[in-house]
Amino acid sequence: MITINGVETDLAGKTIADYLSATRYDPGRIAVERNGEIVFKSRYGETVLEDGDTVEIVSFVGGG
Amino acid sequence: MIPGREEWMRALIERHGEACHRRFQSAVAAVCGLGGLGSNIAIALARAGVGKLILIDFDRVDLTNLHRQQYKASQIGQYKTQAMQDNLREIAPYTELETHAVRITEENLQELLRGADIVCEAFDNAQSKAMLVNGVLEELPGTVVVAASGMAGLGTPNSVRTRKITDRFYLCGDGISEVQTAQSLVAPRVMLCAAHQALTVLRILAGENE
Repeated sequence: MITINGVETDLAGKTIADYLSATRYDPGRIAVERNGEIVFKSRYGETVLEDGDTVEIVSFVGGG
Repeated sequence: MIPGREEWMRALIERHGEACHRRFQSAVAAVCGLGGLGSNIAIALARAGVGKLILIDFDRVDLTNLHRQQYKASQIGQYKTQAMQDNLREIAPYTELETHAVRITEENLQELLRGADIVCEAFDNAQSKAMLVNGVLEELPGTVVVAASGMAGLGTPNSVRTRKITDRFYLCGDGISEVQTAQSLVAPRVMLCAAHQALTVLRILAGENE
């Protein structure tokens, strides 16, 4: 299983880009952490999720 | 009569201890955006004795900023970089300042920020926040970024918190309270988030990384 923002999912073999395209995240407002490291934006399409991964999608909101 | 540099540093050492003071003094922090977050962060870090601040904002002080940003009525119309520099000169005269009245982009962020040990993301626009955080983490491998997301409205102060996302990425705020027409920013909640960011910077400099 892969844990994304605390929720277990069955997405092994999918890429970060696959996951994002199936969600409502705005790719221009997020940062993606996987197992304690930031995933570079240019690598969303080639980063394949593996069993046991922990992922956090940080979605920024406006204000400052 | 403004105290001399040595007397000033002695007073900081008395408060922070020699070891902490040295770490703060030798640090360079960048503040990206000098609005509600950035103006408060810059003042807190200057007061604490951070050696050098890089202050970046393309905008000018507007009347609609004064309800939450650390400027004065007499500064309306000035570049925020200039106004903040003037204010900091009065608050903490021995802080080294570098200012850039430019918009930070993917193209120039490496050039603007490569001298910084820690970058504070203090923009108001969500896309700009994401651009800066991703840009620093991708292009400046030795630099830590302390960002903010979610501090609008009149929600409880207790939902504003600091999370360590990676070793180089800290995120402050409640994560959800976005600016909307009905939910504007109020000074104390923005200051609260700015305080989280400034304290996180000092904690990192002092070696408190958790």
